[in-house]
Amino acid sequence: MTAKSTRSGAGAFIAGLFRYQIMIPLAALLLLTVFNLILDPSFFSVSLAHNAAGNPVLNGNLISIIDNGSELAILAIGMTFVTAASGGQDISVGAGIAISGSVILRILCGTNPSPDSMQAPIIAAFLVGCLAAMACGAFNGALVAYFRLQPMVATLILFTAGRSIAAWVNNNQLPVVKEAEFTYFGGFIPGIPIPTPFLIALVCFAVTWAVLKFTNLGLYVQSVGINEKTSRLNGLNPALIKLGVYVILGLCVGVCGLIKVSRISSINYSVIAKDIEMDAILAVALGGNALSGGKFSMSASVLGAYVLQFLTTTLYKLNVQSTAISAYKAVVVIILVVCSAPAVREKLTRLTKKLRAGNASGSAA
Amino acid sequence: MTVTGKPRGLLRNISDTNLLTSITVIVFLVMYLFAIFGLGEGFTKPQTLFNIMNANAALIILSCGLTLVMINGGIDISVGGVTALVGMCCAVHLDYHGGNVFTALLIALGIGLAFGLVQGYLIAYLEIQPFIVTLAGMFFARGMTTIVHNDPFNVEHKGFQALKDTRINVPGMGTYNRHGAYIDAYVEIGVIVALVIVVLMFLMLKWTRTGRSFYAVGGSRQSALMLGINVRRTTFLAHLLCGLLAGIGGFVYFMHVGSGSPSHASGEEMNAIASSIIGGTMLTGGVGNVIGTLFGVLALSLIKTIVSSIGLDQAWWKDITVAAMLCIFLVIQSITIAVRKRISASAVQKKSG
Repeated sequence: MTAKSTRSGAGAFIAGLFRYQIMIPLAALLLLTVFNLILDPSFFSVSLAHNAAGNPVLNGNLISIIDNGSELAILAIGMTFVTAASGGQDISVGAGIAISGSVILRILCGTNPSPDSMQAPIIAAFLVGCLAAMACGAFNGALVAYFRLQPMVATLILFTAGRSIAAWVNNNQLPVVKEAEFTYFGGFIPGIPIPTPFLIALVCFAVTWAVLKFTNLGLYVQSVGINEKTSRLNGLNPALIKLGVYVILGLCVGVCGLIKVSRISSINYSVIAKDIEMDAILAVALGGNALSGGKFSMSASVLGAYVLQFLTTTLYKLNVQSTAISAYKAVVVIILVVCSAPAVREKLTRLTKKLRAGNASGSAA
Repeated sequence: MTVTGKPRGLLRNISDTNLLTSITVIVFLVMYLFAIFGLGEGFTKPQTLFNIMNANAALIILSCGLTLVMINGGIDISVGGVTALVGMCCAVHLDYHGGNVFTALLIALGIGLAFGLVQGYLIAYLEIQPFIVTLAGMFFARGMTTIVHNDPFNVEHKGFQALKDTRINVPGMGTYNRHGAYIDAYVEIGVIVALVIVVLMFLMLKWTRTGRSFYAVGGSRQSALMLGINVRRTTFLAHLLCGLLAGIGGFVYFMHVGSGSPSHASGEEMNAIASSIIGGTMLTGGVGNVIGTLFGVLALSLIKTIVSSIGLDQAWWKDITVAAMLCIFLVIQSITIAVRKRISASAVQKKSG
């Protein structure tokens, strides 16, 4: 009797835990961690080494996860807002990164594709890059908010044209920035052993947290996503809020653009940030957010992004070809969404109830 | 078709689907006339049109599948991946496993059907968002393609080569070349397959109960349910058919290019979605038509041909024009629908007032 009550107590506890949205990516994270611990505990070792420039840097799989997952996490912030407010996803973020990266390099290099010194301060280039990305976001947002297009369709336009526009900005040349200063944003700042992208991501998280904590943006976004008509009757301007979230996503895209071009000090228009839009949407879905809009959990999305990167790194560790990774990712995603699908959950609860009832009648007999 | 006479009455009597389709057809014809009179020479030959069709037969088939799913209110972005997977599997089967063309076709249909079944079940019966399911489907198909075989290669199989090079002459459409010799106009087998599929799909959507129920479910799930339509079964069927068409489209694509490669058909799903939208299908569901889709595909590739033939041959112009065209069409659609809504709303007000 006592055993049974504790079991149902534990069951209720677990069921209660899963009411928190962040439990979905946390459970996935736990699963991956245990899997890696069993397979090879050295996966988690972190060591301090020196890079080519003689600066101390941290090394290890965990560091590579927080390093490479940072762009995804920054994008996940904007994508969560967009998903929540407009009930759709922006598939042009990869193209947007190409555009902003191309603009940044254009400003830094001028007309000469490989100048000996930078033609403009990095901060100026970064700001112009962000403006370009925000303009793209505003274009998408205007189509969604004022022309009432489906977000996926509206962003399909820039998805098609974005990489071509990026090539056009630099006249199809591949500018190279030679100065080491520029590599700091995608690598390491001398003296700081933590990868800079992660630091940038932390700043973004802090800003987002503050915005959500001290302004009503989160509430407004959710109410527009849940019911546009009601929020208009309550005095909100849904179109403006939708436009706003796309501009916010544009800002995130601009930051990612800087990190991406800084990583290689150059750009490859057709390859840069390829398929990152799909990963960003997956991160939002992994965070347990409804892709049809409404309520959202920002921390769950961000965690989802890092879990996705964790999965990718784990697969690399298992010697999976980089091109074949997507197949495994797809399987994991399908398992996750099937497990979290309401229809499946309902069936499971009904099954457990039936089992419990069977147990109870058995013990009574 | 001028609408200057009685625009209100004409516009009110025509359905959304037919209006959007006729816009597409008119734009296509205007563009073609512009090409004939403005650019001359090449465009007066019927073969130019047939070449566009030869190159896009697979896209027409894929777009038909997408149109169906979009009418039903869903989306499928796995078709490009399935196309690549089908091509690679058939290529490996023919060249390394000594298969013949018939079994290769069976493999293609099987792969398409499998994707349709699984995705359809997840979307219709487990109620997972179509975008996520087919996104995973796309990832899976692309990944599997490289697992099956990592490098691109040309198929050497004799029977397949014969099939690939089969040309069907179109009587009366040929032209005389500079030396006065008559050159027949031809299409590939894929074009015939694509046209047959378009006709079949058109008949099904127009005249069968199943076909009509796709529109009903896409227009409003709730109302469809109340009408006694099996919404889940209809959704399942839409995705199943889309998967099957992706399989057929994959084989036609494979027949056209004659090689297997992981990078084949990359971005084809977005081309297919764009063609469907230009053809007048709305992603919100309930509106669309495969004839429009056919013209959507043709218009899309015609504009690419025109852009490269007027001298804007830098690689980026193609994408930018396609995107601009998509943008214009979307805005036209959005405005048309909004204006019509306002007209019908004011009509209702007048009646009641």
